[in-house]
Amino acid sequence: MADLFSKFDPLIEQRRALLAGGVEDPFNLVMERVISPTVAVCNGRETILLGTYNYMGMTFDPDVIAAGKQALDDYGSGTTGSRVLNGTYAGHRACEEALKEFYGMDHAMVFSTGYQANLGIISTMAGKGDYIVLDIDSHASIWDGCKMGDAEVVPFKHNDIEAMEKRLKRIPEGAGKLVVLEGVYSMLGDIAPLKEMIRIAKDNGAMVLVDEAHSMGFIGPNGRGVAEDQGVLDQVDFVIGTFSKSVGTVGGFCVSNHPKFEILRLVCRPYVFTASLPPSVVHTAATSIRKLMHAGNKRAHLWENSRTLHKGLRDRGFQLGTQEPQSAIIAVIMPDLERGAMMWEALLKEGLYVNLARPPATPAGMTLLRCSLCAEHSADQVETILGMFERAGKAVGII
Amino acid sequence: MDRAATAEKIAELIAPFNKKGITITEASTFAGDLEWDSLTVMDFVAAIEDEFDIIISMNQQAEIETYGQLIDAVTRLQG
Repeated sequence: MADLFSKFDPLIEQRRALLAGGVEDPFNLVMERVISPTVAVCNGRETILLGTYNYMGMTFDPDVIAAGKQALDDYGSGTTGSRVLNGTYAGHRACEEALKEFYGMDHAMVFSTGYQANLGIISTMAGKGDYIVLDIDSHASIWDGCKMGDAEVVPFKHNDIEAMEKRLKRIPEGAGKLVVLEGVYSMLGDIAPLKEMIRIAKDNGAMVLVDEAHSMGFIGPNGRGVAEDQGVLDQVDFVIGTFSKSVGTVGGFCVSNHPKFEILRLVCRPYVFTASLPPSVVHTAATSIRKLMHAGNKRAHLWENSRTLHKGLRDRGFQLGTQEPQSAIIAVIMPDLERGAMMWEALLKEGLYVNLARPPATPAGMTLLRCSLCAEHSADQVETILGMFERAGKAVGII
Repeated sequence: MDRAATAEKIAELIAPFNKKGITITEASTFAGDLEWDSLTVMDFVAAIEDEFDIIISMNQQAEIETYGQLIDAVTRLQG
């Protein structure tokens, strides 16, 4: 009998070799207690959280928590049903209303996760004979949405406007076209030249979907994302987003002005064939989204944190994913996986948690320590973080 | 462009990507014989697409395993 698990042998061996060196498993950490959006206890040690995507620190907001508790009392622990059967409660509608207001769009559809939002919208919209043109560094949920549908999938080099345009122009006349872009690319924390790309997409008759998962809440004058910041949100046909970052809970969504948008609720399988979000989750999300509409001061502080960390790390000799801070993600480039894991562990022992990212999730085979800042990180915490990086970097021999 | 001319052009384009100097026949496979990773594949596909002004979608790439199949596909895609 052929063992179907043989295909995982190289990965099993890589993990074994890494852990045999005595390094703590970077993909098996337990948060034993969570004290605030920026501090938790891991391995009995109080740890500053710098890799949570909890950009706006809404997870412990008193209004958000109160809304969730109330919903548990009023509606119970779960819906036990699909959105199209018994799983749409008042809270799901309230969430969709909040999203429509937040983005100033006509339609909103809430999914159980952000992954399912991309999976469902992309695979349902682009069918046989249609073309999806997408950035090669797109998130796994976008790629999986492409794979699940029947459209022709045409990738182009990351953020390369000319490469995108060339491919659009080669698509046979009359074919349906969907361009898929992200506002912030989460691995390096760089943003897309959406203004130019969306203009070209429209000139070539394509519909445009932008994933704003990592920008919602703090990029753009109203926190609507990179497309808003670049003044082209009205040109975007579909915005995909998530509740598991700035909103501070779990869930995904798509907002759109397309007049026929609502039909997706009946034809989008990842929306139909799964249970809807629990009432507590949608009530916390709706409350959080409404608070994010008026979070100008928090946005400003988050940008300060991002700039301070970026400059501090660069001044200390670390190699970073972007020349300037473009988002709340600062990616520190490691020389290889081994030293990346050592650095990750050294930071954890200092009392700092960051994300270790490695191929295939990363572009160009890079190993990254990804830091995502929170509006609730104090200026003092950011200075403490820089001191931890300096000591760990020297100990591991990276700087 | 007929198959022979297409093959000649592709042979020129592949040279800079064949860093190990492996002898390529029509039966050579990209993943096995050439040991290309996904980034090299992407750059090579982009070079072919730009030279012949065609699209080789991911769906079509999945069908192309050997060098000979690539020449066939590019010949066909030029229409």
